[in-house]
Amino acid sequence: MKYLVLILLALSGSAYSQAIKIGELNSYKVFPAFLEPYKKGWELAVEEINAGGGLLGRKLEIVSRDDGGTPGDAVRAAEELLSREKATVLMGTFASNVGLAVASLANQRKVLFLAAEPLTDKIVWENGNPYTFRLRPSTYMQTAMLIPEAAKLKKKRWAIVYPNYEYGQSATASFKKLLKQAQPDVEFVAEQAPPLGKIDAGAVVQALADAKPDAIFSSLFAADLQKFVREGNTRGLFKSTPVFNLLAGEPEYLDTLRDETPEGWWVTGYPWSEINTPEHRRFREAYEKRWKDYPRAGSVVGYTSVYAVAAAVKTAQSADTGKLIAALKGLEMPSPFGPIVWRTIDQQSTMGAYVGQLARKDGKGVMVNWRYADGAKYQPSDQEIRALRKD
Amino acid sequence: MSGSAVLLQFLNGLAGASSLFLVAAGLSLIFGVSRIVNFAHGSLYMLGMYLAVWLSGPLGFWLAVPLAALGVGLLGCVLEVLLLRRIYKAPELLQLLATFALVLIIKDLILWTWGAEDLLGPRAPGIAGAMSIAGSLFPQYDLFLIAVGPLVFAALHLILTRTRWGILIRAATQDREMAAALGVNQRLLFTSVFALGALLAGLGGALAIPREPANLEIDLSLIADAFVVVVVGGLGSIPGAFLAALLIGEVKAFCIALGYSKLTLAIEFVVMAVVLVLRPWGLLGRPQNEAPASALAAPPLRFASIEKAACAIALALLVAVPAFSGQYALVLLTDILVFALFAVSLHFIMGPGGMTSFGHAAYFGIGAYAAGILVLRSGVPAEIALLLAPLAAAGGALVFGWFCVRLSGVYMAMLTLAFAQIAWSVAFQWDRVTGGSNGLIGVWPPQWLSARTSYYYLALLLCVAGILFLWRALGAPFGYALRAGRDSPLRAEAIGIDVRRQQWAAFVIAGLFAGLAGALFAFSKGSISPETLSVPRSVDALAMVLLGGIQTLTGPVWGAALFTWLQDAVSREIDYWRAAMGAVLLLLVLVLPQGLAGLATRWPSSK
Repeated sequence: MKYLVLILLALSGSAYSQAIKIGELNSYKVFPAFLEPYKKGWELAVEEINAGGGLLGRKLEIVSRDDGGTPGDAVRAAEELLSREKATVLMGTFASNVGLAVASLANQRKVLFLAAEPLTDKIVWENGNPYTFRLRPSTYMQTAMLIPEAAKLKKKRWAIVYPNYEYGQSATASFKKLLKQAQPDVEFVAEQAPPLGKIDAGAVVQALADAKPDAIFSSLFAADLQKFVREGNTRGLFKSTPVFNLLAGEPEYLDTLRDETPEGWWVTGYPWSEINTPEHRRFREAYEKRWKDYPRAGSVVGYTSVYAVAAAVKTAQSADTGKLIAALKGLEMPSPFGPIVWRTIDQQSTMGAYVGQLARKDGKGVMVNWRYADGAKYQPSDQEIRALRKD
Repeated sequence: MSGSAVLLQFLNGLAGASSLFLVAAGLSLIFGVSRIVNFAHGSLYMLGMYLAVWLSGPLGFWLAVPLAALGVGLLGCVLEVLLLRRIYKAPELLQLLATFALVLIIKDLILWTWGAEDLLGPRAPGIAGAMSIAGSLFPQYDLFLIAVGPLVFAALHLILTRTRWGILIRAATQDREMAAALGVNQRLLFTSVFALGALLAGLGGALAIPREPANLEIDLSLIADAFVVVVVGGLGSIPGAFLAALLIGEVKAFCIALGYSKLTLAIEFVVMAVVLVLRPWGLLGRPQNEAPASALAAPPLRFASIEKAACAIALALLVAVPAFSGQYALVLLTDILVFALFAVSLHFIMGPGGMTSFGHAAYFGIGAYAAGILVLRSGVPAEIALLLAPLAAAGGALVFGWFCVRLSGVYMAMLTLAFAQIAWSVAFQWDRVTGGSNGLIGVWPPQWLSARTSYYYLALLLCVAGILFLWRALGAPFGYALRAGRDSPLRAEAIGIDVRRQQWAAFVIAGLFAGLAGALFAFSKGSISPETLSVPRSVDALAMVLLGGIQTLTGPVWGAALFTWLQDAVSREIDYWRAAMGAVLLLLVLVLPQGLAGLATRWPSSK
């Protein structure tokens, strides 16, 4: 009897010391501006969880890898996390092609993958699989969030500019489809699709102006957005033409514009300094205390991703893949943006984004007149999703 | 389009052309004199941007621009003296590997110094606004840029035609050996030209900051454009670069104006391909007497005895590995085998064939895409797809090769690059077939091969067979004829070898095996996207070949193994892994200029 107790103790001891491991991979050196805050976000969450006693009495550990920004290298990094590090869950990725490749690997190796950042609709629809969950509001969702304000303007002639790859293409397609539904007499008079990162802003602004649009929809971001804004400001394109721009309110992109920030643009983003719900204030204060820096949109994504894994483990009372998947489906959990739900139909979270207008304040860009757009409300019908998903 | 719209877009094109010209002029000068294909030129431009943004805070824009340019020029001077000067005598193109290492180091250095966030520079004081031209507002700064291009051109022209230094530069550009024989101080000339080229790159970057933010992506996106301008204009020709910059700037502006903005993804490469096919030395270039001096003396490629032993041991180990290693070793080794085959196929045309390719990833990518398309779109079984995919790559090589073997040297390399970029843009845009920028998802091997161990053995079998076949072909009359075409085309023709046909055949064979590597890669990863045929993948292959030793037989295999393993290990262990990778590459270039396998064959027994 004494021996049995000893053996049991030894067993439970080893179980306690064995951490629950998340294998995290992202393109840290390819998209550092977005991913450094993201990393700080998940580091904070891991520290909080472990300070609170870990999960199921076990420590939570993240093993993080740079995925090199290409699907090939990312798949290798993920294989290493699975086979050498014995990670229980995969998490991360930024670019859509990398996210899709890792999602496909997760399906092949039968392991849970929590896609944190990729925006592509395909990761939960056309290429969706039972092992992949995605946190961030998708391209479709964020586009749909802008439609109410866009339709309200009753502008007839729209011009569109987007970076020429899947994100920009599907944002444009969704925008045209949804606006046409809301406002059947709308006309799309010009479309510019410069290569990602290489917009020839002067020529693009001129071509848009020549089309004489009543309003503009843009999904540009990062360097392309900054070039477009400066050229447009100089050439007076935005003076009398309202602009809707996906993502431009995220601090990662907005902060670089400073005194060029175009006033009155409608954007999706994250007005971090002004959201004063208790859950967000708690997050912001913890983040600022830990990092001596303010949170960006990526910080919230990294932070919430880890809490999503933690919530799944707690609900499942296990780190078994099958049980985690079952637990995560339909799971409701808190986030800095308020409660979110992991949808059963496509395994997308209902985390939303903030829709508002840009303004300048003390030489910096801020969001004003904003509202929280709950991701649950900006989805196509279940029927449409079932037609897209093949499982 | 109204008349005023045409005028404004014409002016936009001119402004774009001016900034292109500044970068291209420096690149062209450097190549003309020292024959260095300077991959780091875009990095110098990027550094100019960051320096200018940083300095314009305390000093103001107008003082920051010349200081940033001078700073980059000074750095160019230092780089030439400390690094490039040591490897002029090394095999051709090794300098390319060194400048590639610099790209990696400078990128991480900038990230470390200035952080990850894009830095939007100030507007230029005094000309920050816009003026009305034909009823539209046009930035004053763009008018200034339109003037700067021709002014720099005129200044360079005066230097090159009216100063002793300029005359020496022109002499060295035309015939380096003759200039040296006449007592020109080569060291001073090379250093000063590299510094001038770097200064122009820095100036280009500094002048760009009112128009675009300093960001970490600019280096690679710019270098391709700059190469195109230099080659279209004719290597070493400053007026050519000016003309080409105008041509490309205007073509791009009018693509956008006419609503064909999607074409701008690869339009400059289409222009380059057309120009090179019609005028093999660019618009204003001249045929160059670039006899590959180092290659002339190269002995036939045979196994050094130590290489033979190393290969046998390596093969035995590879067969035995699954018995004692973990699963991840198999994943990594599969990658290494695939890249080894890819590198050997590039070496096949580059070493003994004397045909440099900057676009070998095209065939790797076509193989990968063909495999993916066959499996996902046509429902062909994976086993059959694996066999058919290399044929598709060979088909691509058959078409592209026909044009490429008509050129030689760097022009040929640039034409391969142009074709690769065109293939890339097709893969990137043809959504219905290639899946566009996301690529093809779910290209997995059949059930019986899906375990890591079984797939590893498949890769081992096919890659080793491919590599041995290519090596055998080099030792056969086919390889000797190929080498004859490289070393002395005239004599080879005289004894009845159809040099072009021989090269073309080699090109197709290399494409075939690159395609096999690509197909194996696709099935090992489960998905492929356009980066499988992008420039960085081509550059990786070049780095592997050069690292292993271009004048050796087995070098590319060792190069591929070391490069892939390094990338994997360094990116896991070191935060700034790009810089670390660059530093290791630089060290290897300096210590082992003949490559890894060159160690074994450095002192071949004298015959």
